[in-house]
Amino acid sequence: MATILTEAEAKTLLQKVLSYSKADECEVNLSGEERGNVRYARNEVSTSGSLTNQNLVVQSSFGKKVGTATIDEFDDASLEKVVRRAEELARLAPENPEYMGVLGPQTYLKANGFFDTTANITPDTRAEAVAKSLQLTRDAKLTAAGFMEDRHGYSAMMNSKGLFAYYPSTNVNFSLTVRTEDGKGSGYVARGYSDITKLDTAAATNIAIQKARGSAEARAIEPGKYTVILEPTAAVVLLENVFFNMDARSADEGRSYFSKSGGKSRLGDKIVDERVTIYSDPTNAELPASPWSGDGQAQQKTMWIEKGVVKNLSYSRYWAQKQGKKPLPGPNNVIMMGGNSSLDDMIKSTQRGILVTKLWYIREVDPQTILLTGLTRDGTFYIENGKIKHPVKNFRFNESPIIMLNNLEALGKPERVVSTESDQNYLIPPMKIREFTFTSLSDAV
Amino acid sequence: MNRRDFTNILGMGTAGLMLPSLPAFSRTVAPEALLETGVDVATKKRLADAAMNAAKSRGATYTDVRIGRYLNQFVVTREDKVQNIVNTESYGVGVRVIADGCWGFAAVVDARSEADTAKAAEKAVAIAKANARLMKEPVQLAPQKGYGEVSWKAPITKNAFEVPIKEKVDLLMEVNGAALKNGANYVNSVLFMVNEQKYFASTDGTYADQDIHRMWPLFTVTAIDPKTGKFETRQSLSAPMGMGYEYLQANPSDKVTGITTRYNKGYDMLEDVTAAAKQARAKHAAKSVEAGKYDLVLDPSHLWLTIHESVGHPLELDRVLGYEANFAGTSFATLDKWKSKNFNYGSKLVNLVADKTQVGSLGAVGYDDEGVKCKQWDLVKDGTLVNYQAIRDQVHIIGENESQGCCYADSWSSVQFQRMANVSLAAGKTPLSVQQMIKDVKKGIYIIGDGSFSIDQQRYNFQFGGQLFYEIKNGEIAGMLKDVAYQSNTQEFWNSCAAVCDEKDYRLGGSFFDGKGQPPQSSAVSHGSSTTRFNGVNVINTARKI
Repeated sequence: MATILTEAEAKTLLQKVLSYSKADECEVNLSGEERGNVRYARNEVSTSGSLTNQNLVVQSSFGKKVGTATIDEFDDASLEKVVRRAEELARLAPENPEYMGVLGPQTYLKANGFFDTTANITPDTRAEAVAKSLQLTRDAKLTAAGFMEDRHGYSAMMNSKGLFAYYPSTNVNFSLTVRTEDGKGSGYVARGYSDITKLDTAAATNIAIQKARGSAEARAIEPGKYTVILEPTAAVVLLENVFFNMDARSADEGRSYFSKSGGKSRLGDKIVDERVTIYSDPTNAELPASPWSGDGQAQQKTMWIEKGVVKNLSYSRYWAQKQGKKPLPGPNNVIMMGGNSSLDDMIKSTQRGILVTKLWYIREVDPQTILLTGLTRDGTFYIENGKIKHPVKNFRFNESPIIMLNNLEALGKPERVVSTESDQNYLIPPMKIREFTFTSLSDAV
Repeated sequence: MNRRDFTNILGMGTAGLMLPSLPAFSRTVAPEALLETGVDVATKKRLADAAMNAAKSRGATYTDVRIGRYLNQFVVTREDKVQNIVNTESYGVGVRVIADGCWGFAAVVDARSEADTAKAAEKAVAIAKANARLMKEPVQLAPQKGYGEVSWKAPITKNAFEVPIKEKVDLLMEVNGAALKNGANYVNSVLFMVNEQKYFASTDGTYADQDIHRMWPLFTVTAIDPKTGKFETRQSLSAPMGMGYEYLQANPSDKVTGITTRYNKGYDMLEDVTAAAKQARAKHAAKSVEAGKYDLVLDPSHLWLTIHESVGHPLELDRVLGYEANFAGTSFATLDKWKSKNFNYGSKLVNLVADKTQVGSLGAVGYDDEGVKCKQWDLVKDGTLVNYQAIRDQVHIIGENESQGCCYADSWSSVQFQRMANVSLAAGKTPLSVQQMIKDVKKGIYIIGDGSFSIDQQRYNFQFGGQLFYEIKNGEIAGMLKDVAYQSNTQEFWNSCAAVCDEKDYRLGGSFFDGKGQPPQSSAVSHGSSTTRFNGVNVINTARKI
């Protein structure tokens, strides 16, 4: 059997699994994927690999006693065995007071995240894409280290109450660090797409080359508060720490930034500049995502922060029932609205500031304020009177994305980016922020 | 599995976008399956020989085969509830070859027959030959003698997988109860147990069968002040260890008493959580630190992470050479600094040692993942940089003709590469207790436990937090501080090392989740030290008003 099943094949397989069930309720999650990658460093291919994976997870329950078993072989005997194993584990399990039972049939939005172009990648396509990049860096007498990884696969689920869901998707991520031979300059670029025909490794490589050359001979300037222009790759690693925190339970329990005194949450509060609007939408053409969550709930277009106000926090089905709210699954994609100005426009309108290509090693210092620390990397430049004047040495920052979004000056046009911390893709605009806090200098290139 | 996925499994992190993923190719199994023996040694040898013969007949000049069975168990609780009990098993074979002077690798899940492993070997050779066209220099592999059929077993006394789940749940429920009784509003607690059954065979003539055990009990308690709406946490002071369930039986000699009890080779989880709940509550009333220069007294439960980031990583030779430039980064500790033989990494008191044999450490094995017998070697001697961590295809670059034995793959399905050995700060040679050390400090901060951590891609500039901070005034502990983080530069920091306690205070800390590579792999590694003093370090205040 193929690893990537069609909707009809997945349905047939799932029906067969459910036919073996003797439990009160049974839910089956099925997935399959093929991945391929090429890695290069010192201008040469270093490793490459491919991975095929398929998995079937059976969850059986008797009352509130739940058991889960998993298998990667799909013959009839193995399928029946995994169902029996899940039932056996459910009988032995302690009652889970937070178990909510399985959902009935749901209606899902149509999202198109599967592109044949990406699914049909061969090792040759990959080698060719990387060769284009290597040619440019070798010719430029610069040193490249890069990574390209593609994935195509599907997820499906079905349960004993008749819910069925299926979603196929593809993705390709490309990242590249280009360094000057003397190690004084370093530039970075990352690209992520659902459709590989949008990936232009040569164009991306030219950006990294330009940043590597431009960042050599960096000058030290005093750390302190500066106006910064964060490219989307830099902004996203800060913003995603806000998204990860938008959970009602931890807010209601008093242990997140979204908590307030007296057991209240910041739901409905204006927390950032009114130009900030953040939402999720599985049908977005640039950033398609699964229209259902892992437990089968439908994903709708959802406002999380609208005009600076917290519109929603995610509620698990258990927590929603306990608090008398509607359940709301966490998002499968995140989109931040922006303006129309380009990065160049934003630089032109800046009197004195710092352009940041990338931020690195982001860690939460204080969860109460989402205070984060990390460093600039691979292209940090001083802007004066609307022009890039010279590269500057890298900085360590200590800043909260909440404070940062209150100090918003301007937003550019959103683009699809890959988080260098979580590997997730997002749609995020470049942004200009005043009084961004740099606390020390680093000699790192 | 990486640090993030683990945080999600525990539900201790914030609400993630993604569901937690299990270790690659793992399947969940019943607890009793964790006690079943895997494929027997004779069969493993047959499977490995089949792969080596197949690779050779296709033109490989070198082959190694890793047959791995990886078992994990997590028991995850919060307050009075068991959230999750997860048992996973992953079994498969990875084959690595050199053909036409180039590496090739292929892996196969659930390989039971000679045909399975031979097929993987053939695929690995095909990949090597395809990539050889892009190579300028053939792989240069340091010679390695074959050891024949050998075995190594972690010296544990109680296999954690033999302890019934109920006993583990009862322990965590007792721990959670103690936390809630002593001032915590919330408590998450976890037992995380690992058994790696690894078989390595190579065309050099080694067949090594190894059995590795790891154990990590951990918790986080949260105390909320309803009046201010603020919350404070305190995490466990346990260390992940290369031990069995015996780590949870603390003898009096395993306890280091002082301002709070710290632990050596035995951990008293109940005692620690009781202290943690009170300390999380006390943090609300602690003084917010005044930024400035302080002498730092760093407990081993904290210092391990600073060693990991500022010594372990920059002295990995693959980073120095640029192989990790696109992700983890390169290193300030360049070859010219090492060649000069006078690069002052630290003060004369600083002796940093790499060791893959240390008993109870996470990195201890008999043989590494390319069949090299493990050993101990110096990285920094009396303050001077003297060596790196390197494996078979790198050691010629630093003029050695034998690998240092620090090659590792996190699964049978990942290709092995250079990973950090246990890297530790040697204990002070003259007798010195923590109490004596504190007596000499006029203006300082005593830091216990690890907190947030961040360092640049060449390992110069770093910032570390902690779990517990105590102000030292004129040789006395003056009270608890909060909002503390210190920033420094690696060379400056290690040169400010002014005193190291003696071996009586030597303890291990460590991590299950040292991440490196693309696609990323996790490695478990320990770092030992005694309490150490660093003078005049820059401390910042991390409190913000929103």
